[in-house]
Amino acid sequence: MELDSKSTRALHFFAPQMEKISKAGIINIVIMLLFILGGVYALVVQIVKGHVVTGMRDNVVWGIYIANFIFFIGISYAGALISGILHLLRVEWRTPIIRIAEIITVVSTLIGPSYILLCMGRLDRLHYLALYGRIQSPIIWDVLAISTYLIGSIIFLYLATIRDLAALRDYPFKQKWRNKVYRFLAVNFNGNSEQNRFLDRSLDIMSAIIIPLAVLVHSVLAWIFGMTLRPGWHSTIFAPYFVVAAVFSGTGVLIIAMWIFRRYFHLETYITKIHFNYLGIILMILGALYAYFTFSEYLTSWYGSETWEMEVLFKLFDQDEYWWWFFFAAFVGVLLPIIVILIPRFRSINSITAVSVIAVLALWVKRYLIIIPTLETPLLPLQDLRPEYIHYQPTLVEWLLTFAGIAMFCFLFYLFAKFIPIVPVVKVKEGRNYADLRKMVQNRIIKRKIKELKLKEAQKMQNT
Amino acid sequence: MENEKNIKSRRDFFRKSVPLAISAIGGVGLVAESCQAADQEEEKVPVLSQDGQLVYVDKSAMTNVPVTGQEARQGIPGKKFVMIIDLARCRNARKCVSKCQEMHGLPSEDEWIKVFLMQDSDDTAPYWFPKPCFHCNQPPCVKVCPVGATYKRTDGIVLVDNERCIGCKFCMTACPYSSRVFQWNEVEVSHEMAHAHYSPETSVPSKVGTVGKCDFCPDMARQGKLPDCVTGCPNGAIYFGDKNEDIVSNGTESQRFSQLVHDRAGYHFMAELGTEPNVYYLPPVDRLFDYERGFNNLTDEQKEFYRNSIVKKH
Repeated sequence: MELDSKSTRALHFFAPQMEKISKAGIINIVIMLLFILGGVYALVVQIVKGHVVTGMRDNVVWGIYIANFIFFIGISYAGALISGILHLLRVEWRTPIIRIAEIITVVSTLIGPSYILLCMGRLDRLHYLALYGRIQSPIIWDVLAISTYLIGSIIFLYLATIRDLAALRDYPFKQKWRNKVYRFLAVNFNGNSEQNRFLDRSLDIMSAIIIPLAVLVHSVLAWIFGMTLRPGWHSTIFAPYFVVAAVFSGTGVLIIAMWIFRRYFHLETYITKIHFNYLGIILMILGALYAYFTFSEYLTSWYGSETWEMEVLFKLFDQDEYWWWFFFAAFVGVLLPIIVILIPRFRSINSITAVSVIAVLALWVKRYLIIIPTLETPLLPLQDLRPEYIHYQPTLVEWLLTFAGIAMFCFLFYLFAKFIPIVPVVKVKEGRNYADLRKMVQNRIIKRKIKELKLKEAQKMQNT
Repeated sequence: MENEKNIKSRRDFFRKSVPLAISAIGGVGLVAESCQAADQEEEKVPVLSQDGQLVYVDKSAMTNVPVTGQEARQGIPGKKFVMIIDLARCRNARKCVSKCQEMHGLPSEDEWIKVFLMQDSDDTAPYWFPKPCFHCNQPPCVKVCPVGATYKRTDGIVLVDNERCIGCKFCMTACPYSSRVFQWNEVEVSHEMAHAHYSPETSVPSKVGTVGKCDFCPDMARQGKLPDCVTGCPNGAIYFGDKNEDIVSNGTESQRFSQLVHDRAGYHFMAELGTEPNVYYLPPVDRLFDYERGFNNLTDEQKEFYRNSIVKKH
């Protein structure tokens, strides 16, 4: 495939990096693998001894596993936002970060649903979902939506990588297996205009599909909670609230990933302050939207002051229960990013990343606060002598599996970065399509006009 | 008007169905103790013997093999099971709890019928509130089950098939009445129970990693017996019966369901949730016992706990 000078330079910057693993890289891998091993150990313990090793009990039947699940599906929105919306809007500056966003989407959509599996009492009966699935159950909606979303994200990532795969195929790697794999994956792409046109059109279609799909996935997830008769859950705004929270956290994670790659893969020339500023402003707007939803949700339930709703609210505002977590999740984690990004003087690559970290942590805590206090507040009084049935306390097993999930996320991300360039190598001039189209339309108009003229002339000839 | 009509048609039904119930052809004499005449002949059951002969055997001589499969999902034809709990008679003897646990091989912590201490407001008196599964006509738990492991039957009973349940616990969050219990770990039961032939109707043996709950004991109903929580109650606080036949019994006396609910102002607990329970409560008026007596069975620790955790609502 022929490349322009800019793309060639990028290829020669990334391809050698992908082949070698630095010392720091090895240390990181070892750390990640240790965490993953810890998770494997916890998983074995949970399978052998049963769910009794978790902190979950009859009232709090879903613990941090479900919080993790919502969290990971939430951050998968990074790809939906950047690749979907910014792609359709043809925003120029998105190109260097598009790949990071798409990898986040695929990896988190792989890891998120595994937490649901951890929550299932009978994993050996997983296939019953296919055998006996009932479409009335929101869980089946969830299964269908997430699997479609995962497949869609993988297709999108693949389509957006084909040009790079073709470039890598032609690059002389030391590791010969790479060329073979890239040759297979590049499906004979050689960059001729027809292939480019097809690819661009497919990408447009996929990004148009991925946006409603992403909205649907998180809405279904929210409905699992919203459709139950539970205080703090039974709310009509839950679906849009979850969607906004998801885009918020997705943008936050994208900023963090950008910072890490910029720093450790030396991408200063590709990912610049502009990217941080623009994404920061998107983060701020989403934060404001999220704050509005949060305010609206708690204000209405407080003003209506139904007994059950108030019980949950009191727990959130009680200093002995969840107040400090709630304060962090609903105030610090939302207002701080807004303030820091709003004031230009505070805006820097590091500060935007720092508030993104806070926002992402706050959103994890928020998911915890959505699930646990509500489940700790059944409609009938909690008259149980066993303290673990009244208060949920995540156990070591649950924490180990949580950290294993995060480590797995980083590890898969690292593998992706070693296999495809983290920044798209092959640059395609955008708008060229439009120019082509315009030319085509103009040509047609001209042709039609010529035809008309000829017809008129012929008529004139006949008349005379 | 419509109400009166209903009553009338129900009475007609009662008149027609009572003789049927007494002759008990094929059906199950639910309120066996009170209705069955002493001189009635014992029911014979046709059985195919080993050499291919059809012989009739006394029903009592048969060992009960629980109903399984599709039959356990259908329900007993013509029945509509209901329960009435008379709050005026409950003194937290907790016999319903222990009998139920005994019958279903539950560990002492797992209660399919729970007794709560309730107080509606500061000015009203506390009362004891036994709560089984309500077997709702609009069960939120059945709606959300992804694999149809929990289902509603024609006789009104909501059952759980523990061989189908995948343990997602969605039904537990969907049930507003905390009726469901999860089997967090393997429970030690008697040898007999551990090797019993599993049926959703008996819920024995329980299966780890799945959800269990009060099943209204349809296996007992098939034998013409009342559930153990009903017969176990020393005060006869729990009535069980068939709404179609309009008869409920607490083991010592039987009543017309409609009359009992009308006369004693029976109500649904949290009717506003729209679940349409099949368990009715009779308000705790003219009580037989002071609520304080309910503390007699409890340890000091439990007493303290209950006193501190009365939740004023409903």
